[in-house]
Order: sequence, then structure tokens, then C-alpha cells
Amino acid sequence: MPQYIALTYTADVDWSAPEQAAEMVEYNAFGQAAAAVIRGGGALYPTATATTVRVNGGKGGDVVASDGPYAETKEALTGFYLFECADLDEAVGWAAKLPAAWSGAVEVRPLIQFGK
Amino acid sequence: MTPGPNGWTTARVDTSGAKLPASLSQSVHSEPPGHSEPPGHSEPPGHSEPQDTCAPAVRAALVRVARDEGARVLATLVGLTGSLQLAQDAVQDATIRALETWPRDGIPDNPRAWLTVTARRRAVDILRREAQRAGKEIAAMDVNGPWDDAAPTAQAVDDDLLRLIFTCCHPALALETRVALSLRTVCGLSTAEVARAMLVPEATMLKRLTRAKQKIAQARIPYRIPAAHELPERVSAVAACIYLIFNEGYAATSGEDVLRAELVDEALRLGRLVHALMPDEPALSGLLALMLLQDSRRGARRDAAGDLVLLADQDRTLWRRDLVVEGVTLVGSALKRTPDRPDPYVVQAALAACHALAPSYRQTDWDAVVSWYDVLLTVHDTPVVRLNRAVAVGERDGAAAGLAEVEAVTGLDGYPLWHASRAELLWRLARPDEARAAWRGALTLESNEATRRFLQQKLDGGR
Repeated sequence: MPQYIALTYTADVDWSAPEQAAEMVEYNAFGQAAAAVIRGGGALYPTATATTVRVNGGKGGDVVASDGPYAETKEALTGFYLFECADLDEAVGWAAKLPAAWSGAVEVRPLIQFGK
Repeated sequence: MTPGPNGWTTARVDTSGAKLPASLSQSVHSEPPGHSEPPGHSEPPGHSEPQDTCAPAVRAALVRVARDEGARVLATLVGLTGSLQLAQDAVQDATIRALETWPRDGIPDNPRAWLTVTARRRAVDILRREAQRAGKEIAAMDVNGPWDDAAPTAQAVDDDLLRLIFTCCHPALALETRVALSLRTVCGLSTAEVARAMLVPEATMLKRLTRAKQKIAQARIPYRIPAAHELPERVSAVAACIYLIFNEGYAATSGEDVLRAELVDEALRLGRLVHALMPDEPALSGLLALMLLQDSRRGARRDAAGDLVLLADQDRTLWRRDLVVEGVTLVGSALKRTPDRPDPYVVQAALAACHALAPSYRQTDWDAVVSWYDVLLTVHDTPVVRLNRAVAVGERDGAAAGLAEVEAVTGLDGYPLWHASRAELLWRLARPDEARAAWRGALTLESNEATRRFLQQKLDGGR
């Protein structure tokens, strides 16, 4: 069965903060409704906690860790789900039920299934 | 949301895909030439070049079959193999086989069945070859199982054709990609022809088509007819694709030729096809009616020099009455079936019918035209629709009223026809200097050569 990652792009919020409680109720409801297709996922701390790592000069080179996300965008990557669905239509159907899709955007991408 | 019986997930290739490279198409197969191209150049060694020995009658028959049946054969093969690329390769090979054997053995009684069976066997061969190359075995059941040689029923073939159309017009593909895929697969144009029609280099088009097929395969865009509740959105994605093809042909956005008739014909073919497959969809009746009514004016839209003739100045005896009658009849039946919410294509077709039925420009029922634009604005509110309504108001209530309406339309500063419409009304109001300035504005924005000549004549002649 194909797997898809659903990346949620929303305002750069702190999901653990009390003011997100109402939103979290929605996500929990989604989690229950979509339990049959969810294979994993997680909510991310805000981009201020992100560290972007590069190795200058390629493998074995200098490790440069910089403060901040890979890309500074108005809507930030704030979480992800792993879905197992029959096809893209089903995955898009679930993504549309994510609160992130209502105010931000959800990027749905198929996973390569190696060895299958 | 379970896939249909021929969904990607249940198709046989998915089982065998477990033992094959992740995608047959992307790694091994190059883009095959289209049905109408001379075959041979992407063929594996061992194939002769049959076109030299092929009798013209056979070639003509084959080209006709490929045009008429190609999409159905391809659709059946995609249903069987679950892979658009593999199906295209197999159908292409079957077409080449036909060119080799038909001159010798005669044209078969049922060319579509012959092509389908041959393509199916070819698909099995390709699967075996790829499996071998990957050092893997292909399970016997993968190539036998449902692959018996019984011809699929007409209903099954039509269902596969619908699946193919809905897949090529899936909303997860960009509109320009849907257009390219539909022209390539459903209309059977070659990649080179699609590239030329869409005014992009062939390499760009090849890349676009390859990426599209990869997305369909890798993201699992399903090969199925949408469920009833999805149908309105999906039908309108199909309609948008066909109408874009029509408009590309009807009024090319650049280049010398106003009418790229080939694309108009392809759009009409597609429009007739989807209407025949889904006769109860008002949007598709409306779309076909709209295209027929617009195309009925084809012979009157240009003068002997190839320059544009406005609706007001067209010789209406040149309009194709048969297309008008067909279009008007379709509008009538579509209006009866239109649900609570008016369909934009049906309303636009009703507008076209108002013009088609008017004995002259002056005698047009402008009241009805303005009313239809009001209806259209309730479902399709765009600045261009507002501009068209404003022009109709000008015809109904006079140039001063029209000019006020045109100038009230915002957001069209970069649209040549807004300036040209303003110019026309200013001229009628005996304000020639302002009219000329407006025509100059239109001219600087217009890229179509024939339209530019038209605007230049207006400017030079004052009118």
C-alpha cells in the first residue's frame, strides 16, 4: 500500500502553548478520524528551535550548524503525518481534513518504497 | 475512497512491480513516437522500417484507425497494465506491427481488437524483458491471469477511456500538463505535434510529459471514474482542459495565425467524445455547444487577407448553420438539465446562441445578452466577463452608457481588448483623439499579429 507524507505548512506556532489548545482539539479529532490511515507523524517546535546542518566541502568536511530553519517562509513547516492510502485521491482527501489545510497548506508527497 | 477494479493499486503490474524496477517507464523506456509519426526511431533493433513498403491505402487505414481507436486501445492497455508509459510503448509497437503485417495479410475485420491483442502481447514481452534485465523472474500469473484474448466489451472500453481522460485531467496535474497529456494520449498527437501546438520546444514538452507520467505513477493518481460526489469538480477539470485546447486554437495568443484549426478540431473531437461518454453532464453539453457555436463562425472570422473580422462586421451567411443548429439544440437540452446552480459553460453557450440566432448584429437581442451576462457573473465573476457585459450594455443602451460601464471595469489595464473596447465606444461618441490613444494602448499590449494588423487599421483609418 502506498505511503504519503503530509507536511503541514502553517503560521510558525508553538503547538505546546496553551493558546493552541483549541487547535489541538481539532488535530486530535483528526487523529481519531484518520486513525486507520495514519502510520506516524509529529508536531514540531517553532522554527526558532531549528538548526540547519551542512558539511562544507562535502563528506568529512567542516560541520557548520546554523541557527534557524532551512528556508525562512511566511508559512513554516510545523508538523507532518505519515499516511498509508490506496492512492493520491485518498491521501488528498485526508489532507483536506487537516486544520493546516484550512489556514495554511499541506504538501502531500508519495514515499519511495524501497525493496518492494 | 477505494479504487475501482482497474485502479492503479489493483492492476496486475503492481503485483509484478514488486519484482521489477520501481518504475518501468522512467529508467528504461524512452518516449515513443506518436501514432502519426514515422515509426522506427525508438524501436529496439530487429524492427525494419516498414513505411517504405507500406501501401498508401493500408497506411491511410491505419492512420484512421490509430486516430479513431488509438485512445480506446491505449485506455484498455492502461487499464490492463496500470502504467501509462508501458501502455504507450505497447500500443506504439502494435501500430508498427500493423504497418508490417497489414499490407501482407490485409486489414483485419476488427482493427481495434487486433491492435488491442497485439499491444497486450507486446506489453507482456516488455514486462518480461524488463524483468530479465533486472535479473528477476516475472510470475506466470502476472502475464496470464486476466490477460485472456477475449475482446473487452464496448462498455468496458468506454469506461477505460473515461478513466484515461479523468487521469490525464486530474486536478493534481497543472492545467497546461493536463492539456499536453490529453493531446498526447487521448488525441494521439506526437510529442513534437503537442510541442508545436502549445508553442514550446519539443525537449520542454518531452520533459513535461515525462514528469507528468512519473507523477501519475509515483503519486498513484488513480485510474478510475470519480465517484458521484467528486464528479462535478472532476468534470470541470476535464472541461477546463478541453476549453483551453479550443481557445489555444481559436485565438492563438501569439504568432501569425489567428486560427490554429488543428487544435480547434482536436478540442471538438474531445468535446464530442466526453459528451458522448457522459451525456447527462450539463457542463459537457454546454462546453460542446459553446465550442460548436464559436466554431460555426470560423469561415467569417477572417477576411481574404487573413485579418480579423469583428462579430458586428461578419458575413453571417458564412456561418455554419449545421453547427449552429447542433449547438443551439445542445444548449436547450443542457439548460433543462442544469441544476440549481447555473453552469458557466451552459451560460456562455446560451450567450453564443443569442448571437448565432440573431439575423444581424443590430437585430441581436441585447437585452437577453446582458441578462445572460448577469447570470454568468453569479457563477463566474471575472473582469473579462464584466467587460463583455459592458460592451453589450453599450449596444443596448448606447455608447455613453457602454463607455461608463467599460471604464468601471477594473483590473484590465494590461488587457488589449479593454483598451480596444474603450476606443470603439470613444470613436462612436465622436472623441477621435481619445479613441486613437486607446487603440494605441491596445496595440502596445497585443502580441497576436493578425489582431495587431486589425488594431493598426483602426488607428490608421481612424475607424
